[in-house]
Amino acid sequence: MLSIKNIHANVEGKEILKGINLDIKPGEVHAIMGPNGSGKSTLASVLAGREEYEVTEGEVLFSGKDLLELSIEDRAREGLFLAFQYPVEIPGVSTTNFIKAAVNEKRKYQGLEPLDAVAFLKMMKEKMAMVEIGQSLLSRSINEGFSGGEKKRNEIFQMAMLEPKLAILDETDSGLDIDALRIVANGINKLRTPDRSILLITHYQRLLDYIQPDYVHVLYKGRIVKSGTKELALELEEKGYDFITESIDQSANV
Amino acid sequence: MKEDLNLLEQAAQNDYKYGFVTNIDTDTIPKGLSEAVIELISKKKNEPEWMLKWRLKAYAHWLKMEEPTWPNVKYPPINYQDIIYYAAPKKKEQLNSLDEVDPELLRTFEKLGISLDEQKRLSGVAVDVVMDSVSIATSFKEQLSEIGVIFCSISEAIQQHPDLVKKYLGSVVPMTDNYFSALNSAVFTDGSFCYIPKGVRCPMELSTYFRINAENSGQFERTLIIAEDESYVSYLEGCTAPMRDENQLHAAVVELVAMEKAEIKYSTVQNWYPGDKNGQGGIYNFVTKRGICAGNHSKISWTQVETGSAITWKYPSVILKGDYSIGEFYSVAFTNHHQQADTGTKMIHLGKNTRSRIVAKGISAGQSNNSYRGLVRASKQATNARNYSQCDSLLLGDQCGAHTFPYIEVKNKTAIVEHEATTSKIGEDQLFYCRQRGIDAEAAVALIVNGFAKEVMNQLPMEFAIEAQKLLAISMEGSVG
Amino acid sequence: MTNVNYFKDQFSALQASDPNELLTGIRKENFDTFSRSGLPTLRQEEWKYTNISSLFDKDYEFAGDGKISPSLLSSLEEMRIEGYQEANELVFLNGRYAPSLSAIRSPETQLIVLPLEEAIDSKYKALVAMHLGQSSSYIKDGIHALNTSFIQGGLFLYIPKGQQLQHPVYIYHLSDAGQHHTLSQPRSLVYVEAQAKFQLAETYRTIGSCEGFTNEVMEIVVEADAFVEYYKIQNDGSNAHQTNTTHIRQMEKSHVHTVVLSLNGGMVRNNLNLVMDARGNETHLYGLSLLRGKTHVDNHTMIDNKMPDCYSNQLYKSVADDASTSIFSGRIIVQPDAQKTNAYQSSKNILLSELASINAKPQLEIFADDVKCSHGCTVGQLDEEALYYLRARGIPKENAEILLLHAFAADIVDQIKLEPLQKHTEKLIYEHLSVS
Repeated sequence: MLSIKNIHANVEGKEILKGINLDIKPGEVHAIMGPNGSGKSTLASVLAGREEYEVTEGEVLFSGKDLLELSIEDRAREGLFLAFQYPVEIPGVSTTNFIKAAVNEKRKYQGLEPLDAVAFLKMMKEKMAMVEIGQSLLSRSINEGFSGGEKKRNEIFQMAMLEPKLAILDETDSGLDIDALRIVANGINKLRTPDRSILLITHYQRLLDYIQPDYVHVLYKGRIVKSGTKELALELEEKGYDFITESIDQSANV
Repeated sequence: MKEDLNLLEQAAQNDYKYGFVTNIDTDTIPKGLSEAVIELISKKKNEPEWMLKWRLKAYAHWLKMEEPTWPNVKYPPINYQDIIYYAAPKKKEQLNSLDEVDPELLRTFEKLGISLDEQKRLSGVAVDVVMDSVSIATSFKEQLSEIGVIFCSISEAIQQHPDLVKKYLGSVVPMTDNYFSALNSAVFTDGSFCYIPKGVRCPMELSTYFRINAENSGQFERTLIIAEDESYVSYLEGCTAPMRDENQLHAAVVELVAMEKAEIKYSTVQNWYPGDKNGQGGIYNFVTKRGICAGNHSKISWTQVETGSAITWKYPSVILKGDYSIGEFYSVAFTNHHQQADTGTKMIHLGKNTRSRIVAKGISAGQSNNSYRGLVRASKQATNARNYSQCDSLLLGDQCGAHTFPYIEVKNKTAIVEHEATTSKIGEDQLFYCRQRGIDAEAAVALIVNGFAKEVMNQLPMEFAIEAQKLLAISMEGSVG
Repeated sequence: MTNVNYFKDQFSALQASDPNELLTGIRKENFDTFSRSGLPTLRQEEWKYTNISSLFDKDYEFAGDGKISPSLLSSLEEMRIEGYQEANELVFLNGRYAPSLSAIRSPETQLIVLPLEEAIDSKYKALVAMHLGQSSSYIKDGIHALNTSFIQGGLFLYIPKGQQLQHPVYIYHLSDAGQHHTLSQPRSLVYVEAQAKFQLAETYRTIGSCEGFTNEVMEIVVEADAFVEYYKIQNDGSNAHQTNTTHIRQMEKSHVHTVVLSLNGGMVRNNLNLVMDARGNETHLYGLSLLRGKTHVDNHTMIDNKMPDCYSNQLYKSVADDASTSIFSGRIIVQPDAQKTNAYQSSKNILLSELASINAKPQLEIFADDVKCSHGCTVGQLDEEALYYLRARGIPKENAEILLLHAFAADIVDQIKLEPLQKHTEKLIYEHLSVS
């Protein structure tokens, strides 16, 4: 599904990612953890195609295509979905209209007819139930005045509507109280299918109590320094990042 | 890639889909302005003596006035002797029904999306159609007259309802008000007249469609709407013109009178030819629009979507004379290429407990300049006057300008006036968010701009709102670099 | 108006008596402007709300004989600003700099003070030639030109590179309108070198019962990384009218902080221009007008953002009571090159009387797209809820109002960073609000 090979990336001339390698197969859930500033969100942005990030080396294959050659919107239409850490407000644009535009752009890309109002409404109703989101939120301007929990739920709702092959969830758990976290995690779990892959980016282990990953990777100073199964996350929770980072820093100093 | 660019440019060129010319016999008078020309116009319209006198008085005044230079717009001097002041499609003596309208004209308006055939027309909208200097047809007249609503051309009103015209013409915008209103008062040729009697809620939208067709002509229309006590009317106005290299002058005057508890809702979608991408041609749209809330508890609401014209100079205003009266102004002004717009409103609070609200959204692209200019005045006797104004500007590109010139004058110690204005561009993060959802940059900009303008668009009657949204999208094409 | 002929005669006499080519050249150009445009009228957009030409229905005389009477000296004593013992005190008498009345407390290594004419004859000639009269390209009206036509007895201040001036400069403008109507036209040029830090305060007093009209121009150049605080305190008689222009040019990464406080006076017009001639500047402008009687105060600010990355913030507040008039006109220009400009402006006004009025005209003129600019303006009354709350606690209505006015003023007074001056203004405001 996704194959990242030796990715190096700069922001404003500063190298943030220093050779990332990662393979994600259909249906797998990978978690990327790491302390603040390790490059987790940069990785998400690079995959989504954010223009301030310059890839200097390496390649990314997504369903066999050269991801880095694709425009931002074509990556999305190919089935790459990024749930934003800080979803953006667009005043005056209703959430429903926004999602409708996105769904139909993707259908156009796939050579399908746009959904008519009835079909779209039917689809919305189904997905709304799945992620426990209310109609009132969807008729408001997108993300405008939404609470933290509402914004994240709205991201998951969009994921449900766009049915991506690969969903990258960038710190989706941040800023959520425990009830909101449970609702969001339930939504994500319902969206797990045998051919949909998920990349969870998180600072804390608590999200992984709700969403069981197949693999856990630790990102530090722009590299994946340790990979393992979900037990690795528990170990991190217990010992903190220091137990890994210290040994890395020491070996770097030698 | 180069070819793509050319295609885009062509598309931008062809955006103005109303730019065609109708080949029709036109009755025009020679260029130039003089007393004799005004007498000729008046004679052609078979006007009563008082009307001619009124025109000549306005003309005498106009001669003494100077063209205003304070708007934030630039244009070469207008030669007022180089304009044709009367141009009318030749017609049969008197139309008995729409069947007698020249089929070429009917086709023209079909092409513009305006059907004069009442059967085909969506119910609920009565249309008066004005081409160049004259009204061609008015639909649903009979149905409206059954409930006492008069909806006809102003020429007809001068003949049929002289007392009403005499009483109200120039009562809101005096002929001496400004340079262009004086000119209009001297040479106006047609326009619409609406009279809503006491207690009547006009059951359909009244609408006038203005079309400039003839070459070298100016259009000087005059609209007068009177809403008696406890009446309601919603009025729409649309306008287009052919693409021509020379500039054409459009100097209209619109007067609204709302009596006690009456409400007038006036919506405009202004789409005069804006000129080409190099700033060649286009309409000079110098318009005076003003309403008076004469009665207590009356309300006047202006909504405008301005996408056309090379230059716009226009301040639809409300004089809040009646106690508890309400004035509203909702505006979206989009300028592209070399267009210039200086538009806004005046809210003059005279009565007690009067309220006004201003929402103005300006969008600038290309090398255009877009100015909001507005006045809120709470006079000494305007106890408890309230105003809230919000003016936002959005810049698309770094060659254009967005300007805000509000004037606030308060002389009453119980008045509260609040004004806010912002200027910004579309956020990179907003664009990225849209594109990550598969919406390409151009569509994303359109989406964001429509969101920006939504508060105003929501004020338009449904049918018009969709039309206006499409128009905004078309005007924006090619403005995203 | 006989003044025009009087001005002509005076102008000819001044030009004939002065061999200085630099000054005669500037004067001539500006007297031509004055002759062409005359005094501003209400028909001029920038003078829409302030009719100074009505004040010129009488004849004003220029600076008298310069004699210093005991009553002048006692007035000078009265107008001294707190903290004067630690300040450089410079005096203008009838619009001319009076070295004999002034006291310079900073060493010459930190502050150079010269009569303008002397500066032109010194090593500062090139500086003066370059910067004197720059404001004329921004303000082209007759009254500004009138000042420049009569530059005489001006002041030149120079703060050398890197000097952090310990003593502020206080400028006292004293006008004698005892015998006849007096027109004072002070002129100064202030040059603040790179990395220097400088605090300046100006205040005005008119003595006598004839009309006094002060028409002042001050030009300040703030070099790279320099920091300037500028304060103007206006609390003069109702016979004291004023037009003044403070024109500040900011170079790279400089910082300017201004506060203009207007209490009593006749008809007052303050122009404050900020020109961003290099990138990375920071500017804070504050104003407070607490007006009573027939006082008329018109504050015009203009920020011309010519270069990128500048930040400006403006807060002007006013209260108009009795038959007073408060005007705010704030103009923010963002030129095509001035990307990443952040400019904010807010004008808050309270109207307390049936006869008072408030006019506001915030303006944005923006030609660059990557900017954040906003303005807000409100006109209203004292907060009814707050008044009610205070009265419910037993505070009489009048006192409650005074309390709320103090609170309203506090935001601005807090911006006076020069401590003795802040105390001084607090006292002035206290007295001003107590008398009613």
